[in-house]
Amino acid sequence: MARLLSFTAFILSIVASPSNVAAKDGDFLDGGKLVLTNAASSIEGASGGGIATWATISGLETDRGIGVTGHVTVIELPDYGWQSHGVAIGIANRVELSYARQNFDTRDVGTALGLGQGYTLNQDVFAAKLRLAGDLVYGEPLVPQISVGVQHKRNLDGAVTTAVGADSPNGTDFTLSASKLILSRSLLVSATARYTEANQTGLLGFGSAAGKGYDFQFEGSLAYQLSRRAIIGAEMRTKPDNLGLGEDNWMDLFAAFAVTDNVTVTAAYADLGSIATFENQRGAFLSAQIAF
Amino acid sequence: MFSIILTLVMLQESPASNIDWDKEFGVEEKVRDPLTGEFPIEPFAPDNANAGAEPFDNAKMASYFGGHEGIRKIAERTVELSEQDPRISAIFVARDTVRLKRTLFEQFCYLLDAGCDYSGRDMITAHADLGVKMADLNALVENLQKAMREERVPFAVQNRFLAKLAPMSKDVVTR
Ligand code: HEM
Repeated sequence: MARLLSFTAFILSIVASPSNVAAKDGDFLDGGKLVLTNAASSIEGASGGGIATWATISGLETDRGIGVTGHVTVIELPDYGWQSHGVAIGIANRVELSYARQNFDTRDVGTALGLGQGYTLNQDVFAAKLRLAGDLVYGEPLVPQISVGVQHKRNLDGAVTTAVGADSPNGTDFTLSASKLILSRSLLVSATARYTEANQTGLLGFGSAAGKGYDFQFEGSLAYQLSRRAIIGAEMRTKPDNLGLGEDNWMDLFAAFAVTDNVTVTAAYADLGSIATFENQRGAFLSAQIAF
Repeated sequence: MFSIILTLVMLQESPASNIDWDKEFGVEEKVRDPLTGEFPIEPFAPDNANAGAEPFDNAKMASYFGGHEGIRKIAERTVELSEQDPRISAIFVARDTVRLKRTLFEQFCYLLDAGCDYSGRDMITAHADLGVKMADLNALVENLQKAMREERVPFAVQNRFLAKLAPMSKDVVTR
């Protein structure tokens, strides 16, 4: 009996001693992802490249934690200025919930279109993404990470979207993405199918009064990893032309750099084509993201 | 509740000091091999297939890693960095890292086709009771990347090597 009790005391002293507490897991903002594998923040707030959504889940958490990101993006174009910012939360590297606010400054075009100098179109994007299968880095080399997403967009300038002939100021996009870091080639490959009726991603509303609506569009990214912290690549994104304004496909050439484990900056040359009949909108894309 | 137990415990007579607890619980004392410095392990059949992947078919890989000497440095450094890494050091406590340094070197050397056989256990058996999480694997990969960087292995070559190891994640990560 004495033996048993002193043994109990011994066990209790081990259990109670703080120095024996095992590494904690499942914590808030604990990090754990490899640098850059949380991706940057796309213009719609979901994790991805600059203009394309990827199958990644935002935040630095792994399968037992919760992570968050915040980002700011500016695109400087000949006739317009884009500014967006947003936040995202990643849960267990499985679910991503994000919000982004887009502000599109029409500058002199505002005057030309009768909106007024510097009229700014605004849109809120509420999005959710679910990782269905696979892992961006690990597992079978040719099995990608696959995610589905939904992006609900609310344009705050209904009068303008009606004036340009859109059917609605609000709309919802559905995405299906596959992304993989092909380690043997240091290549990141990502493809997304987007089912959408958004005009200029929604800044000019959704569908057309004339009856044009949902269609499938494609987003693709191809990038080369230069180092643990640096990656360069190209992206493209097809777009519908529901309004008959000559809306173009988008593309960009980007470089992303993880300044620290928590801060990533992305710089790109973006070609957004024709926007509201003003052509050749090519310029500089700059984005900064902080992630935990 | 806890304090009641503690009080009860403290009220007990102290145990006779001549009890051999190892004997009471049938614990066998393990002794390091005087030659290798390693603890003995359960017998098993060594097989290169235990290394978990097919080796590269490319002599350049081994030379990028600095041959045997470079590979040994990288394997040992990875273990040392991990033992010092507060994120995962607990997993290495009470493990035979003398053996691990040798078998990890053999595995890397075998996979890089640098002329070694792998004499260790398979990845499932070796990691079965370690409770490794995904975040632990990422931490270990970072340490391996640091070790390879220190030996000036070009980044693209580091990734090619990691591509060999990445599919083993399912055998190593158990929770
Ligand atoms: C794909 C990744 C990994 C590979 C290729 C790998 C490789 C190995 C090898 C070759 C052994 C030796 C087996 C033997 O001596 O019989 C081993 C054992 C061990 N590994 Fe890993 N390992 C990986 C991931 C990890 C991770 C993530 C951890 C912990 C953070 C870890 C911790 C250990 C420990 C503690 C041992 C010694 C086990 C013992 O002696 O009982 N390994 N590993």
